[in-house]
Amino acid sequence: MTVAAIFFYLFSAVMLASGVMVISSRNPVHSVLFLILAFFNAAGLFILLGAEFLAMILVVVYVGAVAVLFLFVVMMLDIDFSELRQGMLNYLPVGATIGLILLVELVLVVAGWSISPDLLKTVTAPTPPLADLTNTEALGRILYTKYIYYFQAAGLVLLVSMIGAIVLTLRHKPNVKRQSVSEQVARGPATAIEIRDVKPGQGI
Amino acid sequence: MAIGLAHYLTVAAILFTIGIFGIFLNRKNVIVILMSIELMLLAVNINFVAFSAQLSDLVGQVFALLVLTVAAGEAAIGLAILVVYFRNRGSIAVEDINLMKG
Repeated sequence: MTVAAIFFYLFSAVMLASGVMVISSRNPVHSVLFLILAFFNAAGLFILLGAEFLAMILVVVYVGAVAVLFLFVVMMLDIDFSELRQGMLNYLPVGATIGLILLVELVLVVAGWSISPDLLKTVTAPTPPLADLTNTEALGRILYTKYIYYFQAAGLVLLVSMIGAIVLTLRHKPNVKRQSVSEQVARGPATAIEIRDVKPGQGI
Repeated sequence: MAIGLAHYLTVAAILFTIGIFGIFLNRKNVIVILMSIELMLLAVNINFVAFSAQLSDLVGQVFALLVLTVAAGEAAIGLAILVVYFRNRGSIAVEDINLMKG
């Protein structure tokens, strides 16, 4: 057994075990932490496949942004999680049945299937040998030239989701005083100054 | 035994099934449902990268990058909706979400 095979089994076993812990853990904070462990092991699998850039992006984006966002939301909201877990076992049989059927189907598809040799002739962007170009450089060369529109569309998706998240969670509290520049500029002597006729010996 | 495409596809299939199972198991907890969706998207990404390595075609990795982007945006929007829902209702129980009867 080669080193690559040993690491493949290690990474996939830890990833699947932490995936099971994500869905079955009692405490959602533990779920998020196991999700981070699963992402790290998936990054290891990507490195074994020779996709270093995606592995690093997985660590940066998923662990650094998405999982921390989950952790933030879990800790920010004051939720009674034990109440949410009631009736969990009711769904266990139907979930297990559907999951098992799906798994058997997927594995049967994987087992009884092979790549046609003609497919290897229609490769769109062949991976250059590692001695010439690193994975990151090769990916950048096609991502910024041939797939530039998809790249821009991905940026647009991120922009829209950013705006959407801000718009959804933004709220104006009624008791907070804010500066209104247009109101200040539009203020003239007529509205700003008020002349009162004060009688002698009286206050205002 | 050499590690081939079938090994990676099997691992991804098992991970995808775990994600589906998680949605069924945690019917009330939206946060765990979102995490299960993340697991399923990760399984799809593993498929893409495995095929990309097997066929030595870089387009699979480009597509995996796009899937990753969409997954990040989806998590951000989903959690924002969750925060707004919690502010309005004081709970995140999914069963009450059909309030609007749409």
